[in-house]
Amino acid sequence: MSSALHDMGVARLGRALAAGEVSSLELTQHLLTRVAAFEHLGAFLARDTELSLAQAREADACRARGQAQSLTGVPIAHKDIFVTRGLASTAGSKMLAGYASPFDATVVARLSAAGMVTLGKLNCDEFAMGSANENSAFGPAKNPWDLQRVPGGSSGGSAAAVAARLVPAATGTDTGGSIRQPASFSGVTGIKPTYGVCSRYGMIAFASSLDQAGPLARSAEDCALLLSAMSGFDERDATSAERAPQDFHAQMLTPREGATAARPLQGLRIGLPSEFFPAALAADVNGAVRAALAEFEKLGATLVGVSLPRTELSIPVYYIIAPAEASSNLSRFDGVKFGHRAKDYSDLRSMYERTRAEGFGPEVKRRIMIGTYVLSHGYYDAYYLQAQKLRRMIADDFQACFKDCDLIAGPVAPTVAWKIGEQHDDPVKAYLADIFTLPGSLAGLPGMSVPAGFGEGGMPVGLQLIGNYFDEGRLLHAAHAFQQATDFHSRAPAGASAA
Amino acid sequence: MPLTPEDVNRIAMLARLELSSAERAAMLNQLNGFFGIVEQMSAVDTGSVEPLYTPLSAVQAVALRLRDDVVTESDQRALNQASAPLVEDGLFLVPKVVE
Repeated sequence: MSSALHDMGVARLGRALAAGEVSSLELTQHLLTRVAAFEHLGAFLARDTELSLAQAREADACRARGQAQSLTGVPIAHKDIFVTRGLASTAGSKMLAGYASPFDATVVARLSAAGMVTLGKLNCDEFAMGSANENSAFGPAKNPWDLQRVPGGSSGGSAAAVAARLVPAATGTDTGGSIRQPASFSGVTGIKPTYGVCSRYGMIAFASSLDQAGPLARSAEDCALLLSAMSGFDERDATSAERAPQDFHAQMLTPREGATAARPLQGLRIGLPSEFFPAALAADVNGAVRAALAEFEKLGATLVGVSLPRTELSIPVYYIIAPAEASSNLSRFDGVKFGHRAKDYSDLRSMYERTRAEGFGPEVKRRIMIGTYVLSHGYYDAYYLQAQKLRRMIADDFQACFKDCDLIAGPVAPTVAWKIGEQHDDPVKAYLADIFTLPGSLAGLPGMSVPAGFGEGGMPVGLQLIGNYFDEGRLLHAAHAFQQATDFHSRAPAGASAA
Repeated sequence: MPLTPEDVNRIAMLARLELSSAERAAMLNQLNGFFGIVEQMSAVDTGSVEPLYTPLSAVQAVALRLRDDVVTESDQRALNQASAPLVEDGLFLVPKVVE
């Protein structure tokens, strides 16, 4: 059965392991062989075969003792923005090349405690700044559906690895769309929970009021299992939400009142913001999203028109706030306590300046410059304060929408994945492509990308679902119902099933 | 008002970033391109709106948590300094700043 092992998702593998159809060691060896065969994808930045095999043996021993949980022995890989003991933690930056963390991020520690086996660390844009994984200091990751195209970003390695069936699941982080957009571009399912649901402890900080961790996997069900294990209050994160542990899988399976087998989403009101369907939206994306919405209607949902009038404004608001927080967070990289230090310098200041010049890539430098400027004396009120006020208005717009609907839906991105190198010349053009994910990020709302069809060049298209605060259960329930009726989420790129 | 080369020099100094002259020229262009899309922000009247510094405060009161003032970490100096570029006797070394 080993030829089909990599086609199984998290839930299915959990059952296969529990039934003794396969051991974690066999599964881990099978996937590590695949990872080595798919080196050209650029998905992995660090691996340690012995470490993974030791964890797999421990998982099998745990099962033999009768102590297995639902995720025990299931492999996963982590975006290289989470610090890990035993595997280098780089954030995709030369600044942290080879960095050995003295501790595990909370998300990593919780998934390990649940018995998951770590296969390695996954490529990402430098400090999670980017939408294509092209800003990694260690080279781009490639889209398994078309190796000439980007997998999306910043969690590009995570999306590529899950799409290519190298791992059943991966962690990601989402600041302005970095889970949802690569999930959409690579045809996998991803969820960014409400701000505060997953601990940020040990997540290398980009923009602290926006950063959230979440899973990327093959299905909503797999995401529900993973999110249950990785989330929850953590006193080490000052903005962690204080609430009881959640069983998102049980929430996902709870039937709606009035639901029938044929109409599981009976009574669910899905809001479509007119601003998410502009004239400039690519026809293939629009077509796939509309067809998916028609499927939701068949399942019992009602589509209602809503408005998020400040959708376009969310671009400058985000690209003021995120760089401002980044410029502050990244001031810690000074060549003193960890990371790169320049070889040649004359004094302390030139050491700082040269270390940062050598360690950071162009996009990170641009955002540090923007952030430093908008926080500087005389400009703070006009830019940073104004952006934070607009952020409140954007969050209020969502609350107005949720009076008329239960979930909001639209495209994740205006186009399918673009070609590697296509957007290099104009950073602002890449910022504009984040338009549909930024509003939810600024408000701190949970959002998903659900495979919804295919567009130009056979590239995947994702449907974005946005819920109200802490409404992950409802999001996952709707996505699961859709995935029970469609098979977009289980399709694999041609190259992935051939090898 | 577009940024000037002097603005770029000043921001780079504040950010402690050494930029080559080619990088400065490109940065000036890119920053001005970016601030072109920022202008629309200033047209919105936000007079009495409270800034939203952390997302959940959009719907609930968010208080910063305090913890008890007790030692929670053990001494892991060697481990914590393992990735430092230059240490000696448990101290981080930097270029001399006082003669």
